[in-house]
Amino acid sequence: MKIGLKTISALACTLCVSVAVGGSAYAGPDDSSLIIEGQNIATDVKAPEGSAFDQLYSGWRFRATETQSLQEDDFENPAFVAVDQAIEEFHNVDGSAGKSCADCHSDVSDFKDVRASLPRWNAKTNKPETLENIINECRTERMGAKAWKWESTQMLGMTALVGLQSRGSAVNVQTDGPMAEWFERGKKLYYTRVGQLDMSCAHCHENNFGTMIRADHLSQGQVNGFPVYRLKWQGLGSIHRRFKGCMDNIRAKPYKRGSDEFIALELYVASRGAGLSVETPSVRN
Amino acid sequence: MASKPRVKVPKMASVGDIITIKTLISHKMESGQRKNKKGEPIPRRIINKFTASFNGETVFSADIDPAVSANPYFEFSARVNESGVFKFIWLDDDGSEYTTEKKIAVS
Amino acid sequence: MTITRRQLVGLGAGAFVAAGLGLRPAFASAEATEAAIKAFAGDTPIGEGRIELTTPEIAENGNTVPIAVSVDSPMSGADYVASVMILAEGNPNPEVVTFHFTAASGEAKAKTRIRLARTQNVVAIAKMSDGSIFMTKNQVKVTIGGCGG
Repeated sequence: MKIGLKTISALACTLCVSVAVGGSAYAGPDDSSLIIEGQNIATDVKAPEGSAFDQLYSGWRFRATETQSLQEDDFENPAFVAVDQAIEEFHNVDGSAGKSCADCHSDVSDFKDVRASLPRWNAKTNKPETLENIINECRTERMGAKAWKWESTQMLGMTALVGLQSRGSAVNVQTDGPMAEWFERGKKLYYTRVGQLDMSCAHCHENNFGTMIRADHLSQGQVNGFPVYRLKWQGLGSIHRRFKGCMDNIRAKPYKRGSDEFIALELYVASRGAGLSVETPSVRN
Repeated sequence: MASKPRVKVPKMASVGDIITIKTLISHKMESGQRKNKKGEPIPRRIINKFTASFNGETVFSADIDPAVSANPYFEFSARVNESGVFKFIWLDDDGSEYTTEKKIAVS
Repeated sequence: MTITRRQLVGLGAGAFVAAGLGLRPAFASAEATEAAIKAFAGDTPIGEGRIELTTPEIAENGNTVPIAVSVDSPMSGADYVASVMILAEGNPNPEVVTFHFTAASGEAKAKTRIRLARTQNVVAIAKMSDGSIFMTKNQVKVTIGGCGG
């Protein structure tokens, strides 16, 4: 395959050349096991029936030792700065109702296991809701406060703090009933080729996980650790930010954060990680 | 910009122990090398100095340049011969000073 | 405009866009590194050994590269490690951080996380309380390419 570096931009070429030679640079997931603060985190599980994979692997297993170690200790994990800030925010009165989160949810540990089953069905809005949706609904409906932006510092901190309460719980999202339609929609998005590079999610994360995409080690694209502290971002980012980044890379026009498309895709991708432990907030490169 | 720093100091130690201290502060560490969307240079703003002292005596300090990562992390040691208080100070380019203290019981 | 992928990734894309446009030299010159060593060590001859620098062989992302340094010393009031300077030969400026120790440090050990713009040598240079100087360096390969987003 001959694609000149000059004919396509350097970034685009990075992707297509690597995928073209995919398989020749397989580097596995590694054999490390993850224990955080004494708790065992399942970073690989046998894939459920009907899965495209035999074994599911957390993205943690594809990272370098140094990156992995940042997640093994909550002090060394830089995401915990945001968690600390969110603990303060949890007690901060905001909005016309004069309430803080803590006025209704006395302890943040009330949210145990919630992250593992998101997105979940919301009968009132008649669509699935993500953690961001849940937090903003509380803010606008019950606190009389302004909704936070999807990628704001406050939202990332709060999704990290609430998600942390489910750390170690097995991912288990509903895909039947009213969710079935959204699951199918997400699945269709996952396998649809888009962008100038004409690639789908599956080209990298299903067919080529474990291989090197030039200098980067492709994972299964699991979302069990979000929001994630990425070394590249030098901060936390949402699932939808990662989706947008992937779409930018394949030179597609990304959907918006919080859009129906990304919520459907989040549901579908979450379902592909059923059984993996929630790792929120994880650390990746 | 920076928030409450995170510091890990053992609560107790024996006389003469060398203890490990870990510190992390939230800060963008804007290097001064980047440009904004309009192409204008973004001014440098970093934590330029970190000092740890125990009962008033400096045990460790660092002169920091923009090549230290965002959310600067330092891990270092201190020998403790008595109970007392560790004081940690981070200096920001804008003149702000962020401080925190931790007690340790030494027996 | 010819800004390569190599220039775009690393310390943060902006750094290299800026560099590419001639805001300042892209990388520290050998002279800048030499000058920093000279400023730290003066004319004292530079010895080997005693100083151990731990760096990853390959850094997954140049934004956050964990490093550790330790210097063999009794750390007594009469004989201790005064300072350790860390330099990155291939960054826009070579200076990274300088640690200062005292006898109360107990041991001359420190860890931090640094930015490396590309594959390069990281230098650690220690000054003892008697003024003697020791130096070591490690190469760190910084991976470039792959998935941004």
